[in-house]
Amino acid sequence: MTKPSHSNPTGAPGSPEPNPQTPSLGGLSSAGGWSRYPRIYAALWRNSVTREMIFKSNFLLWIVVELLWFGLQLSFIGVLYLHTDHIGTWTKWEVILLIGASHFIQQIFQAFFLINCTNLSELVRTGKLDFLLLLPVNTRFVVSLRQVDLGAFVNAVSAVGVMVYAARQMHLVPTALQVVAFLLLCLAGIVIHYSLMFLLASISFWTVKAQGIVWGYYNLFQIARLPDEAFRGVFKAIFTFAIPMLLVTNVPVRLLVNKLSSPGPLLLLLVMSVACFLVSEWGWRASLKRYTSASS
Amino acid sequence: MAKYWHVIGVGIQNNLTYRFNFLARTLFGFIPLIAVLYVWLTIYSGKGQGAMVGSYTLAGMISYYLLTTIVDALTAVNEDDWQIAADIKDGNISQFLLKPIDYLIYRLCLFFSGRLTYLAVAAVPLAVFVFCLRKYFVLPPNGITFGAFLLSVILTALLQFFISYALAMLAFWVLEVSTFIFIVFAFEYIASGHLFPLDILPPGLAQVLYFTPFPYQLYFPVTVYMGKVEGVELGKGLVVQLAWVLAAYALARFMWQRGIKKYSAVGG
Repeated sequence: MTKPSHSNPTGAPGSPEPNPQTPSLGGLSSAGGWSRYPRIYAALWRNSVTREMIFKSNFLLWIVVELLWFGLQLSFIGVLYLHTDHIGTWTKWEVILLIGASHFIQQIFQAFFLINCTNLSELVRTGKLDFLLLLPVNTRFVVSLRQVDLGAFVNAVSAVGVMVYAARQMHLVPTALQVVAFLLLCLAGIVIHYSLMFLLASISFWTVKAQGIVWGYYNLFQIARLPDEAFRGVFKAIFTFAIPMLLVTNVPVRLLVNKLSSPGPLLLLLVMSVACFLVSEWGWRASLKRYTSASS
Repeated sequence: MAKYWHVIGVGIQNNLTYRFNFLARTLFGFIPLIAVLYVWLTIYSGKGQGAMVGSYTLAGMISYYLLTTIVDALTAVNEDDWQIAADIKDGNISQFLLKPIDYLIYRLCLFFSGRLTYLAVAAVPLAVFVFCLRKYFVLPPNGITFGAFLLSVILTALLQFFISYALAMLAFWVLEVSTFIFIVFAFEYIASGHLFPLDILPPGLAQVLYFTPFPYQLYFPVTVYMGKVEGVELGKGLVVQLAWVLAAYALARFMWQRGIKKYSAVGG
């Protein structure tokens, strides 16, 4: 498990080099305010679709890779439950639901943000960030959302499939309200992943070799899919209150399977997601001040 | 020979520039390791005093994961496969075709220097980590076992390297090798015992895995250390491991031979 660059089957070296000049933003007037952002974003989507279609077989192979790794996590849980009936109070199908939910959150995060976060250090190193800074849009917006990873949506569907299957095995029929609340909590989890990853990526303004650090974050995903009851002491405290990995998936799944005894964890997740976002915004601004471009 | 010593020297210097990366990688790597250990701790405490999972006591299980981490630090390919693929794709191998230097041995030297540097950086945090868990860490039953373990680790490293090298050779034919590397790595990850010891699987399944090279990439040396394979079985295991190393070596050489025929240095 000391091989983060390998255990992360996505966005690895070799994904087609993004060309910052491709987004056709030229025709948009800068006076439009917030209403122009949906149109800008639509343009970015069109670019991503075009890019993916150039490398079709590669696009399909990445989906296979993700499916394999998802299957791998599930089989790990399968093997654990050959030897026990419960981890804390978590039963087999509850944990499978947890793995599914974790994969779902991770894939949606990946679809919108992951490549863009990992590309930031490249933008800084090559000085291409100059171009994005000059655009009449919020720089964080365009840096964070430039590229969309369409394959991740396909994988998110496989995650939903596993969640539905696990729920049926438990004869669990969540109410509509539960499902809506679940999705909202997932959104909070995605905000946490994005904020922390973006904060880490901002380190590339201080040292260009930040890519390793960004990949290190992938190790944290591995905690997010394990039942929180397994953890204790300092480890639990750190990954609840400082790097809230143990809240990201556990809280939404607890809500879905009626494992929440109080609304405390729910509020904590929401508060932490706002806090993480604010900290990342502060870190981004502080880092941007250090940007000196590349001598090109 | 002298030229290859020189390569190792240069390789160490190059790798030293990544020392911060290596340290970050080691430290970040502890997080999922600790997490898995916690999960096992919870499972064992749920089962009550003196519980066993397969043939593992709690101490045995924790030792298993610590040993996989150590063997992994000693033998895992780091960026070697990406670099080889990039060398082929960018036409950098052209210069090796003109020089009296063997590319495979050249890369092997770089792999060796990479592991050496990685260990130099990772040894201290790894030792501290093992020391913290020393009450769970078992020592090898005797000297012979430990010797066999070291021999097996060397074979594991060679096997890892030759398989990665052969895979990277795909760069002669396809533009993007990372997907193939990750697909093979996924199988390796589960079938080499990274995630859990293979003997807690249903026996039939474990037997099937033993017909693949994967267990010899990690699981085998760890079980040797723990004294789970002894006597004739140990000798047989080492022979099979050696056979896989030779097979992987032959494949690596073969792929290179075929690839070089197809190679055209684009823009090189």
